[in-house]
Amino acid sequence: MINYLWGFMIVIGITVGVLKGNIADVTNAAIDSPKEAVALCITMMGIMAMWTGIMQIAKKCGLVEAFTKRLGPFIAFLFPSIPKNHIVNEYIASNMIANILGLGWAATPMGLMAMKELKKLNHDSEVASCDMCTFLIVNISSLQLIPVNIIAYRSQYGSANPAEILGAGIIATLCSTVAGVLFSVIARKVSSH
Amino acid sequence: MKFLVYVSDFIIPFIFFYIIGFGLFTKTNVYDEFIKGAKDGFKVVLDIMPTLIGLMLAIGILRASGALDLLSELIKPVTSFFKFPSQLVPVVIVKMFSSSAATSLVLDIYKQYGPDSQVGRMVSIIMSSTETIFYTMAVYFVAAGVKKTRYTLLGCLIATFTGVIASAILTNLMF
Repeated sequence: MINYLWGFMIVIGITVGVLKGNIADVTNAAIDSPKEAVALCITMMGIMAMWTGIMQIAKKCGLVEAFTKRLGPFIAFLFPSIPKNHIVNEYIASNMIANILGLGWAATPMGLMAMKELKKLNHDSEVASCDMCTFLIVNISSLQLIPVNIIAYRSQYGSANPAEILGAGIIATLCSTVAGVLFSVIARKVSSH
Repeated sequence: MKFLVYVSDFIIPFIFFYIIGFGLFTKTNVYDEFIKGAKDGFKVVLDIMPTLIGLMLAIGILRASGALDLLSELIKPVTSFFKFPSQLVPVVIVKMFSSSAATSLVLDIYKQYGPDSQVGRMVSIIMSSTETIFYTMAVYFVAAGVKKTRYTLLGCLIATFTGVIASAILTNLMF
């Protein structure tokens, strides 16, 4: 998929460049873009290291664990058919907290474990259970509160106030998550009738 | 709505104060842990660096050739009807498949219009409130060996479009 996307972007770019007589610009872009990507990564390393450093403190002092526990009632509401003390509740909670805190790379392993357990609960069926659908919809509705990457990019491209979009970002994220949750709850009711 | 911009200035300092304060309170070695965690940040960036170079190269070529402007012009009649910036349509579509490909389009918008322009702000908020639908679904469902995904895709699309619409409205209200 990405192979075709990437390949065609370059092939089409060069073709259009030749047709429109912009081929010198295309050459310059080929030289400048990778350079720019590296400059961007250097800015991002600073901001990302700042964030993972702070999050490591949150993990060590028990804050992340405390947040995960507090998610319990919300998970019970979203997944009414999962037995109360099942391990999958913990996986789902850790995955969601990691996503909320912007630790995407830490969220995926937990999410995969959650999916495997959900499959066992669904008698190893190849058809997704309502719980799986809910889990993925809420996950993909975007949970991340602080978009660390976006702040880094904005700063690299000379924003006067890279963090000014945080408040609006949080509200937009809430909107999409509420829409995902509502849809999941309704779809579960409809499909069980 | 201006107060949201004001609140934004407080979010990061508040998180620092809260986490470090709590760390001091629980006698955690805050500095040592920070250093340990910061190392992970490097690894995360190094992991995505080759992808970013590859995709920014492709977008750079597309932009320089004039192909991106052509695409924007093509979809303009539809997007101007919805009062949505036509430059952002490719971002929203690509974001469903690949986050890093969408990122390189976003950077292109920052370069063209500036991160503090209206489109620049709108795309920042859109990127903060949407996720990679198809990629994430593929990873999770393939790993679990599930073939029929039922209403997952519809739900994800509804959530994503709610996020995009909310972002557009918020940008126009706030800035």
